[in-house]
Amino acid sequence: MTSVYGPVADWQSDFDHADPEYNRNIHAIWEDLKAAGCPIARTERYGGAWLPLTHEMVHEIAYDTDHFTSRTVVVGQIKPHEVDHLPEFASPPAPIGGAPPITSDPPFHQHARRLLLPAFAPKKIDPLRPEIERMCNELIDKMGDKDAVDAAVEYSQHIPVMIIAHMLGLPLEDADRFRSWVHLVLESVNAPREEREGRFHEFNEYLETHIRDHIENPREDLINDLLNAELMGTKLTSEMVGGMVTLILIAGIDTTWSGIGNSIWHLATNAVDRRRLAANPDMIPVAVEEFLRAYAPVTMARLVTEDHEFHGVQMKQHDWVLLPFPAANRDPEQFENPTEVVIDREVNRHSAFGLGIHRCIGSNLARLEMNVAVKVFLERFPDFELVTDEETVWSTGQVRGPRRLPVRVLSRR
Amino acid sequence: MRVRVDSSKCQGHNRCYALAPELFDVDDLGNASELNDGVVPAGLEDKARLAAANCPEFAIIIEE
Ligand code: HEM
Ligand code: SF4
Repeated sequence: MTSVYGPVADWQSDFDHADPEYNRNIHAIWEDLKAAGCPIARTERYGGAWLPLTHEMVHEIAYDTDHFTSRTVVVGQIKPHEVDHLPEFASPPAPIGGAPPITSDPPFHQHARRLLLPAFAPKKIDPLRPEIERMCNELIDKMGDKDAVDAAVEYSQHIPVMIIAHMLGLPLEDADRFRSWVHLVLESVNAPREEREGRFHEFNEYLETHIRDHIENPREDLINDLLNAELMGTKLTSEMVGGMVTLILIAGIDTTWSGIGNSIWHLATNAVDRRRLAANPDMIPVAVEEFLRAYAPVTMARLVTEDHEFHGVQMKQHDWVLLPFPAANRDPEQFENPTEVVIDREVNRHSAFGLGIHRCIGSNLARLEMNVAVKVFLERFPDFELVTDEETVWSTGQVRGPRRLPVRVLSRR
Repeated sequence: MRVRVDSSKCQGHNRCYALAPELFDVDDLGNASELNDGVVPAGLEDKARLAAANCPEFAIIIEE
C-alpha cells in the first residue's frame, strides 16, 4: 500500500505514523527525535499533526478535555470540520461523536461509558478464562507438527475476535470481514480516499443488517443490552448502537491481537526471558504488564479545540495531536531503564490502556486474553525462536503489533 | 499502615484489585475502594506498596 503523501523526508517536521517505516523502527525514531532535542514532532500531512513524546505531555493532553477533543481519535486525511456541511460524510459533533464513548467529551462521555462498563468489569470477565484457554489450545492443536508456525496469523489474530463476536452476538464466520474492516479503519489511513469510502459503506450496511435482526429477534448479548439501554432517560437510537458496536469491534480486536503478538515477538527474540517464563509461569502476569509497557499497542489522537501554546509550540484549532501512550511508557522521568524490558519490573505505572476519563473499558478482558494466550503458547511450545526479522511484518498506523510472526518451534508438548 | 483511593483520580485500571484483592475492591463501574477502612493487616504492607507503585493515575495514597 502506498501513502498518498509519499516517503518521509524528516521525522521531526514531516513524520507519518502510518508509513510502514514508523512501526518497524518506532523505538529508534523516538530516540533519534529525543536526542535531537525534539520532544514534540510536527507534520503537515493529514492537514497538520503533532506527536508529543514525553509522559508529562501525554498525561496533560489526556486530562485536558477542554483544549483537546476526542471527536475523532484516528488521524485521517479529512478533518471532521471540513465535511460538517456534507450530510453523507458528517459525523455527529462533540460532545457525542460517531462512536461513543471513545469519540465523546464531557459531560456526555460518562453517560455513554456507564452503559458499557458493567459488561467488562472484572467479575464478569474473569469467568471467561477456561473458555479462552480452550480456544488457545485448539488453535495450537490445529497447527499440527509443522517446524514453523505463524504466531500472528495462526494464533494471536483469532483470540480476540472469537470473544468479541460471542459477546456482541455476531457470527464468528465473519471473523475475516471484521479483521478487514479493522484494517480499513486503523491501518489504511493514507490510502486513496475513493478506495476507503466504498469499504466503509459495506461495513455500515453489515452492522445495520445485524442490528435490525437483533431488534426483530431479541436474544441475550451485548447488542441486545444496548438496544434496551437508556441514556439520560431515552432509548439509544440504532445509529448510536451501531457506533458503539463499531467501537467495540475496532477497539477489541486489533489491539489485543497486537498485545499478544508483541509479547510472543519479545519471547521469540529473547531466549533468557522465554526460558525464565516457561519455567516459572507464575511470573506471567507481571511480565505481561511489562510487555504492555514496553510494547504498548495503542496510540490515540485528539483534535485541538482552539489556538493555544503548548510546551513552547503554537497549536492551532483543528490540528491533530497524536497521543502516543507507548512513548510515554518509555519516558526516563517515569521509568527506570525504560528501554530495557525487565519482566519482573515491580514499579510499573504504564499507560498502555490510556490515562484519564477514557481509560480502556476492555482492559480487564485484554489482560486476561494476553495472560492466557502467553501461558498456553509457552505450555505447548516451551521453546521457540523468530524465523527471521525480514519475515516479521508490522501493522501500520496507530495500533502497533506483528501481522506476520513466523516462529520456529524448538520444543512442543 | 493505611491505604486510601483518591476517587477523584481513580479511573478503574483495576491494578490495585489485581495485585492486592485483600486490600481493595472495584465495583461494576470501575471505581476502586479500600477494604476494611483502609487498615492494612500486618504482613500485607508490601502488597499495599506494590499496588500504589502500579496505579497509572497515582490514585493510591499510603499513610504509614
Ligand atoms: C491490549 C489491548 C488493548 C489496548 C492496548 C487498549 C488501549 C486503549 C486505550 C489507550 C484507550 C484510550 C482511548 C483514548 O484515550 O482516547 C482505550 C479505550 C477503549 N477501549 Fe481499549 N484497548 C485494548 C483492548 C480493548 C478491548 C478488548 C476492548 C473491548 C472489548 C476495548 C474497548 C475500549 C473502549 C470501549 C474504549 C473507550 C473508552 C472511553 O472512551 O471511555 N479495548 N483502549
Ligand atoms: S489501580 Fe488506581 S486507577 Fe486503577 S482501580 Fe486501582 S486506584 Fe483506581
